[in-house]
Amino acid sequence: MDTAAGVAEMFRHKRVTAMIRFGGLFGLALVVFALVLLVFGQNPLRAYVDIFRATLGSVYGFSEVLVKMIPLVLTALAVAIPSRIWLINVGGEGQLFIGALFATWGAITFNDQSCWLLLPLIAILGFMGGGLWALISGVMRARGWASETISTLLMNYVAILLVSFFVFGPWKDPESANYPQSAPFPDAAILPFFPGSRVHLGALLAIAGLLIFHFVMSRTRWGLEMRAIGINAEAARRNGISTYRYMLLVMFIGGGLAGLAGMGEVSAIHGQLRPSLSPGLGYTGFLISWITMGNPLGIVAAAFLISIITAGGDILQMTHRIPAAAIHILMALVLFVVLARSTGGRGRK
Amino acid sequence: MNPTPFLSFRGITKSFPAVLANDRVDFDMYGGEIHALLGENGAGKSTLMKILYGFYRADAGEIRVHGKPTDIRSPRDARRHRIGMVFQDFILIPALTVAENIALFLPDLPFVLDRALICKRIEEISERYSLRVDPGAPVWQLSVGERQKVELLKLLMADTQILILDEPTRSLAPHEAAGLFRVLDNLRRDGFAVTVITHKIREVLECADRITVMRRGKIAGTLPCADATQNALVSLMFGKAIAESPQRRCETPAGEAVPFLQLKGVSTRPEGTGMGLKAISLTVGSREIVGVAGVSGNGQRELGDVVLGMEKCSLGTKVLGGADATHWSVARVRSSGTAFIPEDPLGMAAFPWLSVQENMAMANTSRYARHGGASMDWVSVRSDLQASLERLGFSIPPVYVPLGTLSGGNIQRMILAREMAHDPRLIIAFYPTRGLDVQSAVAAREVLLASRDAGAGILLISEDLDELFTLSDRLVVMLRGEIVAAGTPQNLTIEEVGYLMTGLKGEGAKSGYSSGGGGDVSA
Repeated sequence: MDTAAGVAEMFRHKRVTAMIRFGGLFGLALVVFALVLLVFGQNPLRAYVDIFRATLGSVYGFSEVLVKMIPLVLTALAVAIPSRIWLINVGGEGQLFIGALFATWGAITFNDQSCWLLLPLIAILGFMGGGLWALISGVMRARGWASETISTLLMNYVAILLVSFFVFGPWKDPESANYPQSAPFPDAAILPFFPGSRVHLGALLAIAGLLIFHFVMSRTRWGLEMRAIGINAEAARRNGISTYRYMLLVMFIGGGLAGLAGMGEVSAIHGQLRPSLSPGLGYTGFLISWITMGNPLGIVAAAFLISIITAGGDILQMTHRIPAAAIHILMALVLFVVLARSTGGRGRK
Repeated sequence: MNPTPFLSFRGITKSFPAVLANDRVDFDMYGGEIHALLGENGAGKSTLMKILYGFYRADAGEIRVHGKPTDIRSPRDARRHRIGMVFQDFILIPALTVAENIALFLPDLPFVLDRALICKRIEEISERYSLRVDPGAPVWQLSVGERQKVELLKLLMADTQILILDEPTRSLAPHEAAGLFRVLDNLRRDGFAVTVITHKIREVLECADRITVMRRGKIAGTLPCADATQNALVSLMFGKAIAESPQRRCETPAGEAVPFLQLKGVSTRPEGTGMGLKAISLTVGSREIVGVAGVSGNGQRELGDVVLGMEKCSLGTKVLGGADATHWSVARVRSSGTAFIPEDPLGMAAFPWLSVQENMAMANTSRYARHGGASMDWVSVRSDLQASLERLGFSIPPVYVPLGTLSGGNIQRMILAREMAHDPRLIIAFYPTRGLDVQSAVAAREVLLASRDAGAGILLISEDLDELFTLSDRLVVMLRGEIVAAGTPQNLTIEEVGYLMTGLKGEGAKSGYSSGGGGDVSA
């Protein structure tokens, strides 16, 4: 009893110091970025206040943060799930594009169907697209042909070029003024929104994904076996667990979730397929997954923070005439902060 | 004898959470002396030497080198004071040659390597101490005995004066060990201070001048070799003379029924640095223990893995319980009644960050899965674990803590209980007592004998020839992926097996090592 209480005490203590550390370093990142803003001739305090007002200070602003979070949570899960057995999926971006590609095919081919049929169809297509794309890397890894880290990364470029091929070629909308984009989605293929916002049904998919991920990992036989593989793959194989099967499975499901993110973006946000579908959502998801070590709550928190920062970039551009890319400086500073956290656990072997 | 010791420990104390690994240890090493440090696993020998080598810092106490108090913070410091250590697991780079490996270790390595000079120095030293190895040979081609010679050469080339060998005979055949002792003898004559860490009493009596026994972190006593007897050392090691339990031998001959395991002409493809099996034919019936002797790396691991289904047969067939199991998955082999006792549970069979009960469920997750896998039946996992531990006479550890927090002996017991939980018909035991303290090793052997008597067949893979001879009903010897001899403990001798497993057949070998013929013979 005594020792249990002692351990709990220590844990709490560690938590507290970790939070103080984190808060302090985060503040430091803000101070450094404030200096950058000063160099641009801006009042940093006003800039921060504007960013805060435009994101957390109004219902609309907050809903826009949520909109940005949806694909990030899904692409982070796409990385987190394979990472449970130490597969490194750098291909969220490509899986997202292929998911969007498949969903677009469904939407423009069956454009006369009702939404009750069309929405599940494009969701399944999006999932299958991303899943199958990732499965290629999974098979190559499981058979020992190629590292999934390399193959998923390289296939991102293939996926993006494949989307370009379709929007520049066979699917180019004849009515658009020569823009490389597909025909707009029929209304029935557009994910419904929560009233008064751009938060779309994908939010529910993201939440469901997080909950199922957590439940499976902590409660089920599959989660147990995956944790076992992650801890000691050789022992798992000697205990009769098929690592081969799990490699295929986690890559398929992970890729499928990234595909769902692509489906959500193309259907609810863009309404048509464009090569500029994603500003690196897959890579951001990768970062989120690894800085949080795949912890579901951590994914939500990190996605929230990053969404605020990216939204802040737009604000700075609109109201302070600073290029939106400048916000990447703040993003990088914050990431340094997060990575500089005390290296317990897996940071140090 | 020199008045000042080359090296002395005074009052060294080191504690880890919950363990006092070294408690006020005094220990001296003199030049021209072989000092054996004896104790069972966990007695604190390795901790003491790691403090000396700068891996750990002592909580209290001091180290004196030639009488001067010295602060050793890293292996680099230790080497500067001419202290060198041969570890159990050698630290050589397999792809490089012997000369390159040695050159890497030299403190005064010039920017441009003079290979010829290095080779010449290697030859001089190896000539002097009969440590003959080919400097141009890549290390991966060498046998374990030869690698050890390279480690020693490395230290001697780097001008080491104080030598520590950690369990040096662990994977040597008897005649190789004898060769090693002759090398140590030469070193002693040249004034080196040598310490051999070991738990084998017989070897200590053979090679040491002075023997220090450690027990539970303390020095239990120091004896000059002349005064030491086996019994005296045993009682120092264990506090009281524990009777190594006499091994009951069930005299009933193996049943005439079809053996549970049959390998017929099984071959595998070598993978990486592994050894391919060549046309192995072997049977294991019920109620028998088939021992597999061999120097590690001669295909024993592959043999076990083939039976378990981890490795595919490229030729031949495998029959389990009368059914053709050549292409079965590991899961299927295991559920047909095959248990697996690993050499190193944490490496090969257990999951340190999973709880004890999760580890228990791991051997057969489908048995405990409910609702198609959506949940696990932890109640029956716990009751099976408890029943099995009780049957084996082990105490019951807390089931919710991570397995990795248990002691090594308890982890091994937990894995034994897991593997024995469902009355296995075949047990693949992989160096089942390696690295265990004496009590745990006795317990593991008892478990094997009890399961044999209960009707299981056991494939016992071990390097410990004493263990093989006491436990086995039949013996086979493996060399380079082949079975080179088969017999029974009654019609083979330990020495014969020792020569067979190193590839030196019969009489020729008897004079082999003294003539210093070639390669591993001259150890």
